[in-house]
Amino acid sequence: MIPLSWYLILAAGLFSVGLFGVLARRNAVAILLGVELMLNAVNINLVAFWRYGDISMMAGQVFTIIVFAVAAAEVAVGLALVISVYRRRNTVVAEELDLLKW
Amino acid sequence: MTAEQIIFLIVGAVTLASALMVVTARDLVHAALWLVAALFGVAIVYTLLNAGFLAVVQVVVYIGAIAILFIFAVMLTRRQAAKDTGPALNQNWWLGALLAVLTFGGLVALLQTWSGFSKTASAIPSGFDAVNQLGSALVSPAGYVLPFEVASVLLLAALVGAVYLAFNKK
Amino acid sequence: MTTETLIWLIPLPPLVAFALIVLFTNKNKALSHSIAVGAAFLSWLGAMIVFFRAVTTEHFGEHPFHSSINWLPTGETWLKVGVLIDPTSAAVLFFVAWTILMIFLYSVGYHNFGQPAGDHDHKGLPPHGATVTDAHGHKHTVLSVEPMYSRFFAFIGLFAFGMYTLVVSDNLLTLFVGWEIMGLCSYLLIGFWFAKPSARAAGIKAFMTTRIGDVFMLLGIAFLYSATGTLTFREIFTEETLHVLGTVPSGVFGLSAAGLISILLFIGTVGKSAQFPLHVWLPDAMEGPTPVSAMIHAATMVSAGVYAVIRMFPLLTADFHGHELTTAMSVVAFIGAFTAIFAATIAVAQNDIKRVLAYSTISQLGFMIAALGIGAYVAAVFHLITHAFFKALLFLGSGSVIHGMEHGVLHTGNHSVDPQDMYNMGGLRKKMPITFWTFLIGGFALSGFPILTAGFWSKDEILADAFGHGHWAVFLTLALAAFLTAFYTMRQITLTFLGEPRTKEAEHAHETPWTMTTPLVILSFFAITYGWVGIPEHFPLLGGIVPNWFHEFVGGTLAEHPEALEFSWIPLLTSLGVALGGLFFGWLAYRNVTAVEQDKLQFPVLKNKYYFDEAYDFLFIKPAFWLSEVFVSKWMDKGLIDGILHIFGPITGGVGFAIRNYFDVPIVNEFLGDGSANSVYALGKNLRPIQTGRIQQYLILSMVVLFVVGGLVYFLLLA
Repeated sequence: MIPLSWYLILAAGLFSVGLFGVLARRNAVAILLGVELMLNAVNINLVAFWRYGDISMMAGQVFTIIVFAVAAAEVAVGLALVISVYRRRNTVVAEELDLLKW
Repeated sequence: MTAEQIIFLIVGAVTLASALMVVTARDLVHAALWLVAALFGVAIVYTLLNAGFLAVVQVVVYIGAIAILFIFAVMLTRRQAAKDTGPALNQNWWLGALLAVLTFGGLVALLQTWSGFSKTASAIPSGFDAVNQLGSALVSPAGYVLPFEVASVLLLAALVGAVYLAFNKK
Repeated sequence: MTTETLIWLIPLPPLVAFALIVLFTNKNKALSHSIAVGAAFLSWLGAMIVFFRAVTTEHFGEHPFHSSINWLPTGETWLKVGVLIDPTSAAVLFFVAWTILMIFLYSVGYHNFGQPAGDHDHKGLPPHGATVTDAHGHKHTVLSVEPMYSRFFAFIGLFAFGMYTLVVSDNLLTLFVGWEIMGLCSYLLIGFWFAKPSARAAGIKAFMTTRIGDVFMLLGIAFLYSATGTLTFREIFTEETLHVLGTVPSGVFGLSAAGLISILLFIGTVGKSAQFPLHVWLPDAMEGPTPVSAMIHAATMVSAGVYAVIRMFPLLTADFHGHELTTAMSVVAFIGAFTAIFAATIAVAQNDIKRVLAYSTISQLGFMIAALGIGAYVAAVFHLITHAFFKALLFLGSGSVIHGMEHGVLHTGNHSVDPQDMYNMGGLRKKMPITFWTFLIGGFALSGFPILTAGFWSKDEILADAFGHGHWAVFLTLALAAFLTAFYTMRQITLTFLGEPRTKEAEHAHETPWTMTTPLVILSFFAITYGWVGIPEHFPLLGGIVPNWFHEFVGGTLAEHPEALEFSWIPLLTSLGVALGGLFFGWLAYRNVTAVEQDKLQFPVLKNKYYFDEAYDFLFIKPAFWLSEVFVSKWMDKGLIDGILHIFGPITGGVGFAIRNYFDVPIVNEFLGDGSANSVYALGKNLRPIQTGRIQQYLILSMVVLFVVGGLVYFLLLA
């Protein structure tokens, strides 16, 4: 039917796009969007391996659930940070947040 | 080409296209909305993988909570009336693109060397209730109760942290 | 006390006197001279006892007094040193003791003991006179006491020690020790008045010239030791040793070993006894005080040179068999005879009273040397002893004359008048009678006045020996020298004592004190009588009345007793002729001479001593100075050696500079030291911009590194 490789390639592509977004976007919120994409790619991988491996082992799905939780937490905290930064510095452009430079 | 495969191809293409738009949209609201689309695509992929529960959770949690949260954040961090938001990408975007391509290529190349790269799915045995199994795995001491509880603590921490960080002491 | 012990002790009192005076009694004049004269007296006493015992011993020559000790261990054997008094040294000891004692006594008066200290006398200059005020308030200038009085006695004490050591020693080593001690004292005493440049120069000249002789003498001693293994006379003069030495060729000029050794030792005598060509120091040595001249340069030190040849006579005649003279003997005879005539010709033109006597000494020593050269052993010893007496007498007499003249100079106050110039004297027989008569006796003895003076007997014996053995050249030369001797001696007496005083200073001269005139009288006694102990047996009228004790006694020293000479009229008549003729002509020529311009014999070449001093200066002195000042000091030391050292300095400096500037500063300081710090700083400065603070750039960087490292790991390790 659908070979595993398709899912994996899809996940890899999604991951790469998300990586591109993280590395190349100016806006901090947009970076977090990229992170979300990467997490989803990971989830696809997990579920694919669960389905195409030993179905009785629920570790795949459990892991996916955990990733959901973590992603949510991370987004919450990240956006809270962005808002806090925006309040202080009046900017959400990642390039301008360079206080830790030399 | 079975129906499944066709569906997968369409869904995959849509997902990837949406993802690309996410990362290239100048207007962030558009980007967030494109993210919603991508997430939907992922949910359908879950369905194709016989993980129905996960698909539902995806929609509820990701799209219902996270994407909305993104939109809120975008709203809250607009400078002016959001007319010209400047360039979408930073000055090293080409390097990021290169790296992304390399990553993709590398991953695929690595995966190809694996023997099980092109295996097909085995049939699901009858009477297999994925949700039931998932549920008992999550709460059984012999299962994954500990990570489950830890995840809840994590959510608590994130909650407190987010509130504290974003609290406006006016 | 045994005679041998006494002989060991004879040289010691003067040495003790020297030590005591130098260390303790230098400030006390009376104590110093008492110690010195007392010491001389003790030695004299010991010498007289030994002499008496010697002459009263039957066949003394066959068993002389001797005693030796093992001194230096030389492997299996010992080098022995000891004392020996055989007939010759007994006779020599006799005159040495007498002359030393007389001169010590004379020195008390000569250095004006008892006179006040001078007005402006300095140590190192001759005393200049003191002003005294007498009862009437008149000021007189009188002779002042010598400022370095005690020092003089210390020096002559050391000298006496040296001479006694030389006379009593039984081996060449201690003989040489005594020889050198006397050389040192000669230097010290000639330069006694050290503040006078001429005295200093004369002292150095004497020492240097005799040193040249001493070097060769030492070579001879070394050769002798290496050939025979011993230095003791009695061991060398055995039949076998002499025979071996006499026949073995030495490889030099065809001489036998004995001949070469004799010549080397003789060269020492040439220096010490001022023979040609090393005679130049003796006239200059007259710079010293007169007792010094008397003792050292008339009676004792120069006699020591002749004594050394006398001692080595068996070696000199080792291959002489009575007829043809050996090469060594010919050399000795030639030098002796030549010196005799050479010095006599110079003496004729000298105007300083001491210079005449100095050249006379050289000439007479030539007589003795010539006598030894032709094998006339006894005659030489005889003349040595008589000469010592009358020459000491003459020198002390001249000292007395000079003293009298100095008194006159102080009286008139005219210091430009030289008290030693004979042409300033004249008529002194009336002012200084004792001095005159004793001087006359001495002068006649020197000239060889017949019968009454000792000089006649000894000189006649030399001439007879020369004639009797057919050495015509020597005979004629010595006869001519004797004529000249009488001539210049009478010249000297005439100019000094006879006639009328030529200067005011001479008019005011007066006789010297008893401490000076007594030795003159005693010595004149010997000058007259000593000759009578050696009257030859076959002498007409007088021979045979008194046995020729001297010939018997001294002749016994040699292994083969020399035979008495056949009498011959010719040498006797020659001797009478030259002596009386010389005296007569001397008086004749000079009785009316009142100024030096009237002296017809003032030839420049004679006055300037045949320009020998100038020649030596040109040939030896100036090159030596050039060698030391220019060659060694300037070129080698400052130029070469300092130059090499001066190269090291800059080299080291350059090395240091190079190390500092090419290694230390650039490499260690800058590269290692500053470089490491700077490179770290530069690295940091250049890496710092990486930290842009932009997260995305960090992420990109980490991805890049991941790919690079991952690729490396994958392709190198895993693939």
